[in-house]
Amino acid sequence: MDMGEAIILAGSAIGAGLAMIAGIGPGIGEGYAVGKACEAIARQPEASGAVTRTMFVGCAVAESTGIYGLIIALLLIFLKPFT
Amino acid sequence: MTSAAMMMIPKFLTGPEELTVEGPKVLFTFNLLGLKINFTETIILEWIVMAVILGLSYFLTRNLKVKGISKRQVIAEMAVDAITNLVRDTMGKRWLWFTPYIATIFCFSIFGSLISLLGVRAVTSDFSVLLTWAAITFILITWTKIKYGGVGGYLKGFADPIPVMLPINILSEVATPTAMALRHFGNIAGGSIIMGLVYYGLASLSHMIHLQVPVLTVGIPAVLSLYFDLFSDFMQAFIFIMLTMVFISNAGPADDEPA
Repeated sequence: MDMGEAIILAGSAIGAGLAMIAGIGPGIGEGYAVGKACEAIARQPEASGAVTRTMFVGCAVAESTGIYGLIIALLLIFLKPFT
Repeated sequence: MTSAAMMMIPKFLTGPEELTVEGPKVLFTFNLLGLKINFTETIILEWIVMAVILGLSYFLTRNLKVKGISKRQVIAEMAVDAITNLVRDTMGKRWLWFTPYIATIFCFSIFGSLISLLGVRAVTSDFSVLLTWAAITFILITWTKIKYGGVGGYLKGFADPIPVMLPINILSEVATPTAMALRHFGNIAGGSIIMGLVYYGLASLSHMIHLQVPVLTVGIPAVLSLYFDLFSDFMQAFIFIMLTMVFISNAGPADDEPA
C-alpha cells in the first residue's frame, strides 16, 4: 500500500466517524418527541393509540438525517469510493 | 492449539474469517433493448416471498363461512379488520379502496425483511426494491394531485405560495420518495451490518481465548437480533405504509370537502 492510498483510507475512516456525529440530532429529537408523547398519554390515556402512531411516524421522519449519516459512513467504510 | 487439532474442525464451524459487506450477488446479466439488466439473488428471494404470501393468503381464505368459523378464518378476519381500521383512521373513509395496496406493501415489507432470519439476504436490504416501492407511492401521489386538481392545478401547486418557491417545491417533491426509500433501506441494511459486526466480534473474541469453535456467538446476539431483526422490521414496514397513506391522503382534498 503506497502513501496516497493509506492517506485515503485514513481519511475515509475519520470521515465515517465524523459522519456519525449526525446521530446526535435524531437522538435528542426522538427523545424529546417520546417524552412529549408520554406526557400526552398521561393526560389523555384514551388517545394513546393515536398518539403512539403519530409519535412513531414523527420519530421515523426525525430519524432520516441520522440514517443519511449512517449511509455515508457505511459507504466510506465498506465501499471505499475514493480508492 | 496445535495445527492437528485445528485441522479436525470443519470450516463452517470456525466462524467468519473476515468481515465483508457486499451488494446482492449478480447471478447473470442480460441485455434488454440495449439496457444491461442484472439478475440478482434479490429477484429470486422476492419471488419466494411472493409465493409465501400467496400461499398464506390462499390457505387463510379457504372455506369462508358466516357461522361456525374456523380458527384460520378468525386470523384472516383479524388481519383484514386491523389494516382496514388503520386505513380508515389515517386516510378517512373516502380512501378505503387503497387498503389492498397498503396491505400488500405491508406484507411484502415484513416478509421481505423477516426472510433474513433464514440466513439469506433480506429483500429490503437491496436499495432498488425500496426505490421501486417509493416510486409507486410517488406515482400515486402525483396521480391523486392531478385527479383532484387537474393538470393545471398540479402544475400551479409547484408555484405555491409564491413563484420563487419553485425550485424548493420541485426538490421537496423528489425528496419525498427518496427519503422514504433511504429510511427503510438504511434501517434494514444498517441493522444487518451491525449484526454482522457483532457476530464477527464475538467470533474473534472466542478465537482470542483459544476456542476454535466460536461458542460465544451462541445466544448472545439473539438479544440484539430481537431489536435489529424483529422490532426494526415491523417498525419500518409500519412507518413505510403510514408515510404512504399520509402523503397520498394529503395530496387530495380533506374528507369533509366536496370532491
